[in-house]
Amino acid sequence: MTLPHLRRLLPRLRPHRRRVVLGLICLLATTAFSVASPWVLRHAIDDLTLEVTRQKLWLYAGALLALVIGEGFFRYGMRMVLIGVSREVEYELRNEIFHHLTLLSPRYYQQNRIGEIMSRASNDMAAVRMVLGPGIMYTANTVATFAGAVTLMLLISAPLTLLALVGLVLVSVLVRHYGRQVHDGYEQVQAQLAELNALVQENLSGTRVVRAYAQERHEQARFAAANDEYMSRNRRLVRISGILYSSLQLLMGLGALTVLWLGGRMVVGGSITLGQFVAFGVYLAMLNWPMIALGWVVNLLERGEASAGRIFAILDSPVEIRDLSPLPVREIRGEVVFRGLSFAYDGREVLSGIDLEVPAGSTVAIVGPTGSGKSTLVSLLPRLFDAAPGTLFVDGHDIRTIPLEVLRGAVGFVPQESFLFSATVRENVAFGVGGEGASRAEQAADVAQLAKDIQDFPQGYDTAVGERGITLSGGQKQRAALARALAVDPRILVLDDALSAVDTETEEHILNGLEEVMRTRTTFLVSHRVSTVKAADLIVVLREGRIVERGTHDELVAAGGFYAELHRRQLLEEEMEKDEDAA
Amino acid sequence: MSQADEDDAAFPKGYDWKLLWRLLGYLRPHLRAVSASLVLIVAMAAIDLVPPWLTKVAIDQHIARGDARGLTRVAGLFLLALAFSFLVRYFQTYVMQMTGQRIMRDMRNQIFGHLQRLHIGFFDRNPVGRLMTRVTTDVDAVNDLFTSGVVTVFGDLFALVGILGVMIALDWRLALVTSSVIPLFFAVTNWFRKGARQSFRETRKWVARINAFLQENLSGMAVVQLFRREELNRAEFARINRAHADANMKAIFYYAVFYPAIEFLAALAAALILVYGGGQVLLGGLTLGVLVAFLQYSERFWRPISDLSEKFNVLQAAMASSERIFKLLDTEPRITSPAHPRQPAAVEGQVAFEGVSFSYAAGDGGGEEQWILRDIDFVVEPGRSLALVGATGAGKTSIISLLLRFYDPQRGRVSLDGVDVREWDTQELRSSLALVLQDVHIFSGTIASNIRLGSDIPHSRVRAAAEAVHAHRFIESLPLGYDGEVKERGATLSVGQKQLLSFARALAHDPRVLILDEATSSVDTETEVLIQDALKTLLRGRTAIVIAHRLSTVQRVDQILVLHKGRIRERGTHQELLARRGIYWRLYQLQYKDQELRHRGAAEATA
Repeated sequence: MTLPHLRRLLPRLRPHRRRVVLGLICLLATTAFSVASPWVLRHAIDDLTLEVTRQKLWLYAGALLALVIGEGFFRYGMRMVLIGVSREVEYELRNEIFHHLTLLSPRYYQQNRIGEIMSRASNDMAAVRMVLGPGIMYTANTVATFAGAVTLMLLISAPLTLLALVGLVLVSVLVRHYGRQVHDGYEQVQAQLAELNALVQENLSGTRVVRAYAQERHEQARFAAANDEYMSRNRRLVRISGILYSSLQLLMGLGALTVLWLGGRMVVGGSITLGQFVAFGVYLAMLNWPMIALGWVVNLLERGEASAGRIFAILDSPVEIRDLSPLPVREIRGEVVFRGLSFAYDGREVLSGIDLEVPAGSTVAIVGPTGSGKSTLVSLLPRLFDAAPGTLFVDGHDIRTIPLEVLRGAVGFVPQESFLFSATVRENVAFGVGGEGASRAEQAADVAQLAKDIQDFPQGYDTAVGERGITLSGGQKQRAALARALAVDPRILVLDDALSAVDTETEEHILNGLEEVMRTRTTFLVSHRVSTVKAADLIVVLREGRIVERGTHDELVAAGGFYAELHRRQLLEEEMEKDEDAA
Repeated sequence: MSQADEDDAAFPKGYDWKLLWRLLGYLRPHLRAVSASLVLIVAMAAIDLVPPWLTKVAIDQHIARGDARGLTRVAGLFLLALAFSFLVRYFQTYVMQMTGQRIMRDMRNQIFGHLQRLHIGFFDRNPVGRLMTRVTTDVDAVNDLFTSGVVTVFGDLFALVGILGVMIALDWRLALVTSSVIPLFFAVTNWFRKGARQSFRETRKWVARINAFLQENLSGMAVVQLFRREELNRAEFARINRAHADANMKAIFYYAVFYPAIEFLAALAAALILVYGGGQVLLGGLTLGVLVAFLQYSERFWRPISDLSEKFNVLQAAMASSERIFKLLDTEPRITSPAHPRQPAAVEGQVAFEGVSFSYAAGDGGGEEQWILRDIDFVVEPGRSLALVGATGAGKTSIISLLLRFYDPQRGRVSLDGVDVREWDTQELRSSLALVLQDVHIFSGTIASNIRLGSDIPHSRVRAAAEAVHAHRFIESLPLGYDGEVKERGATLSVGQKQLLSFARALAHDPRVLILDEATSSVDTETEVLIQDALKTLLRGRTAIVIAHRLSTVQRVDQILVLHKGRIRERGTHQELLARRGIYWRLYQLQYKDQELRHRGAAEATA
């Protein structure tokens, strides 16, 4: 076992090395005290066979209690310090993981499932912590107890020690051998449990099909079969672990038997005293637990190694989007130029040959069918993805040379899916401006037509949103996301199909309110609705990653292309709506 | 966080004897195994009492008297006890664990079976994830009640009584002195149990917070980055993380105190034995062997005591789980077959809706009813076809759900062959209908088993059905053909292939009435042609009700119903409805015209 991943964790113990040393000293002291007690017992019993005074018995009893108090003191220290260190390292490592996760780009989150990442931050973290805490503690404890107890046993009788230890060696062989089988059996049980889970999930998500084809009985039979298999795998596991634990008890018993029989004969023969005989038995019993722990620690290490590997896989993921050699840019006016920009995603070209000049303060609208690359295009602006060098410029600088902090501070982005946090409305709207931006947040909520809704919330701006609070409608969420973007007072405002769930009337109010804001800011509007985009300075139509039409509303309607068709359909839809209202 | 709430809420309730009684009912079929387990565990506790007693005999009667041969006899008895203990321990573990496994199996089958009977509306309100927890996690928790609960508690109690009994038999005064420590054991264990439980609850709370925070921040990482909140959120995370670590330190504290305290009490017992018993030995009132045996017995006190209190927690968790399970089992299915079903001998396939109004929200009587369907009237004669068209939310899906009797309407009557669907045996009713959904549900298994499902359909018919709907060709091209396993719920199959597979499934079941929710997703032209042709085969000679998305389908059917906001607004054939220039005409402009243009384009290209 070379354990390369766990080895990488060792430097993380270095800042805590004083405490680790202290913990190990406590551990040694604990062991010293604990092996001393049977020695006292030995003398007490020997003295009893030789007829002693009562005072001496009180002395022995006192010594026994004193030793156990000393032992307890250090055992307490050992646990608090050593396990405490592992918790501390866990704390630091978890912070480090989160820190790294905040640096990783959206691409990472598209390639890795969140459930998986979370499992690493919790389950794998626990496995690693177990190695660093109990793993180290029990290993050291085993070594120390073994050294101490065996030394004192050898002092009592070397031959008896060797004979008694034969059983113990078998214990660790047994634990190692059956431990692996138990491990394998457990894995098989888990695999079948996963199967059972999958079956239930499949059945429940397909309830309608199951009912429609009257398959309930068949499904029940299928489940029962998998359920039986699960039980029979458990049976195997129960058998193996039953044998393992019974044999462990047996071997320990055999050690005790050896002491009773051979040790007893030695007492009869006079080579050891009765006190030594009793003490020897106690020492032997002391070794039982560490031997079991050893097998357990080996398991712990195997699991911990795999887990450490998964944790480092996160920490080793390269940070794709970051400052390379930023120019000393402090402010941004908002002029954006795309120059022959192409963008591929997983080898598939999503945007190609985009040429577009957007003067500071103007409004450009982007329309096109689903999957034409609209969202990708605007997500390049705050560098959620990186454009190739020399293809995207802001204020004449290549976008990658503007400090990320400055760039993102200047872009107000309203994403397609309005993601809100479970916090208060105020905290959500002021998400990008912090506590001091409260007044700006309220202004922004006004423009986004959210203020009226907020008045109706039970605690106004302090109403919690999400699981622990109220549920917002799709339109309210979008307006909150819009307010959040407006609150940062951005130079470049990006609305990525951000008003799709807002009804047309409210949308009109919002757009009217935004007019003021948009006059002085560069605005990118992605939308499916003609009503949203028709006032833009420039409208471009994207199709399969290319700009196929560009012009103003009137020009494009006259041109009779995709945009004109979109326009026609929407007029029809509006007409239909009116009809219905009349009906 | 909701998970933690659920856990917490479950705790303070404590014991509920009714619940326990009901749980014990699950033992009834396994009464023999349970009694065997009890006998074995008592036997084990008894055997465990033997070694210290033999040590006493060895010391007093043999070692003290220099009788080596007698010692060998005792060693032999010791070995015998070990062998017994080995066997009894093994069988006890085996019998007990397997009984637990059997009970779990019964329980899981029962829950799963109940889920098969529950009405569809139940699944609208209960997410799949939560129901899965009932079948697995909660059942596991209940298992703890049997394996480490009921049976072991009995064993622990017996062990404790046994130790006390033997000690009293050996020397009642020394037994009294030694057992004076027992209350202290209970006190320490109790302190530990309470403190540890409290601190565990606290740590669980923080674990839940960490998870909730991570879940939210990872899902919204783009927003975090867009608004430059990385630094603030890192600080917030560190704060939660810190609280979690601190809570854990408190839990460590309880352990760090508990173990030394127990050792101290054990030493205290030993010291008492030494002082009082030693004094007796000096006076000649006690033998050394008894003294040593007492030392060994007193070591064993605390294990059953701490076990007992640990079981308390396990029991509570199991109670909470069983409460959730029983709540599920007590949910009555709203839609059941009538006791005396009425249905025709042979199904013709006439479908009729008469004044049907339906709302999902209703049924409980209270609340404002939001009608999904209002006064729906139509008849489809045997062998004829009907298309339902309309915008999303118009009520198309609800109509087919009512026909399949997934729900019952509040007003009006849905009938098949003139018999109200509520009077049919539901299995028979559904067997006469075949449903093809947009989103094809693929079961784990082979291609053939996905066509056949659980029905008794010979391979020849499976194959014939696949051939008829043009699925045969792609199935044959798969490595193992019909017997190939479908991986990851059909992830390796294309959308078009899954469509054809579901057609084959429907055709193989040869229903009188076909219910089809046409797929909206576009497929390549070649597959589209196959699907169109397969549809023709599928519809031939059957009553068909189709939620139509394709122009070719609406052109082909005998009758079109145009639904809007739960009402039938127009009805007629494609040509009739176009001529009217109403809603259908506009829908046609919006939805189908493109298809026609494309169609014409394709026709011209091939011409």
